[in-house]
Amino acid sequence: MMAASKKVLDQEPSEIEVLLPWHAAGTLNARDTRRVDEALARDPELARQYAVIREEYAETISLNESLGAPSARAMAKLFAAIDAEPARAPSTSLNFSARIAEFFAGLSPRTLAWSASLGALALLLQAGVIGAVLVKNQTSSFQTASLSTNAPITRDLGAAAAPYALVRFAPEARVADITALLDSYQAVVTDGAKGGMFRLLFGNRAMSKDEVAALMSRLQREKIVSLAVAAP
Amino acid sequence: MQVLYGRHHVRVFRFGLRLVRDEQVAEDLISEVFLDVWRQAGKFEGRSAVSTWLLAITRFKALSALRRRKDGELDDEAANAIEDTSDDPEVAVQKKDTSVALRKCLTALSAEHREIVDLVYYHEKSVEEVAEIVGIPENTVKTRLFYARKKLADLLKAAGIERGWP
Repeated sequence: MMAASKKVLDQEPSEIEVLLPWHAAGTLNARDTRRVDEALARDPELARQYAVIREEYAETISLNESLGAPSARAMAKLFAAIDAEPARAPSTSLNFSARIAEFFAGLSPRTLAWSASLGALALLLQAGVIGAVLVKNQTSSFQTASLSTNAPITRDLGAAAAPYALVRFAPEARVADITALLDSYQAVVTDGAKGGMFRLLFGNRAMSKDEVAALMSRLQREKIVSLAVAAP
Repeated sequence: MQVLYGRHHVRVFRFGLRLVRDEQVAEDLISEVFLDVWRQAGKFEGRSAVSTWLLAITRFKALSALRRRKDGELDDEAANAIEDTSDDPEVAVQKKDTSVALRKCLTALSAEHREIVDLVYYHEKSVEEVAEIVGIPENTVKTRLFYARKKLADLLKAAGIERGWP
């Protein structure tokens, strides 16, 4: 990395070298900042150049700050010119976000603080109302597959339930094979493996007895399935 | 408009002043810049920071002002000579004041180099923002600042100041 700063100035500067001023000003993105930091830690010549840049940076700020500010004449001239402009509604001259910004900029810190508090309170109230409505309207019960209990798993979601099956996979079945099978049948493992059997849920719609039987025989024919039986 | 003016007019003025090197012209500039903003606020699409937009307008108006002045037989170099009435870098070094010499050399840079140094160091503009303000590719922004710094080092060296780079 010494090459980064060893380059003679007649040559093109390195990619890192040209980023140093922005690093000094703190305006580099995170990725480039990290790259420059690493280069500076490795390359003492680059670090020396960086020290020079920091000096330039400080003096440039100092020089600009010493320039002072414009007189009131400039402002008077501007607003006289604006007054002389053809009549127009101010709302059409500024876009929506600018008007919002101008509105908030005009508020005192105390007013802003009160407004923020009121806003937060309103949000809390709104969240409470939404929560209450949801709880009141909830008629379905749901139990996650991961919950282990002796009681039968209930899935009363207001519609007939999708079929379950108990499946034993062949000993040589790999995880990738099982995952592929689950995908192809749109199935999920809801419990297992008790006695080497996995409880699978198929799809998200109810099936007739014949459909379930066909599904089981199809499953049974899979190379990695050694047993598949329909389950309640 | 008052809020916008209050927030940005000093920096706009300083950027303009560093380019045109004349306080009266710089003051006229900021009036023109903010009047343009008043007229064109609807066109501001919010893709860049307001300050970036303002500096781009200021730069355009400053260059127009410089061109008008050039037409009046007063070129940039002559303007530098008129504006810069204080000590030259050599004298500053005699005063053992490297800081002052550095400032003198920053002032002695060409307008092209001055603007890029100011935009990056003072106005804290990113590579992308400088490219947008000056209207050049991002890679050119990076190399232009590098050569501005090299020129600065040359000026300091000519004034007898060695800073260890290049």
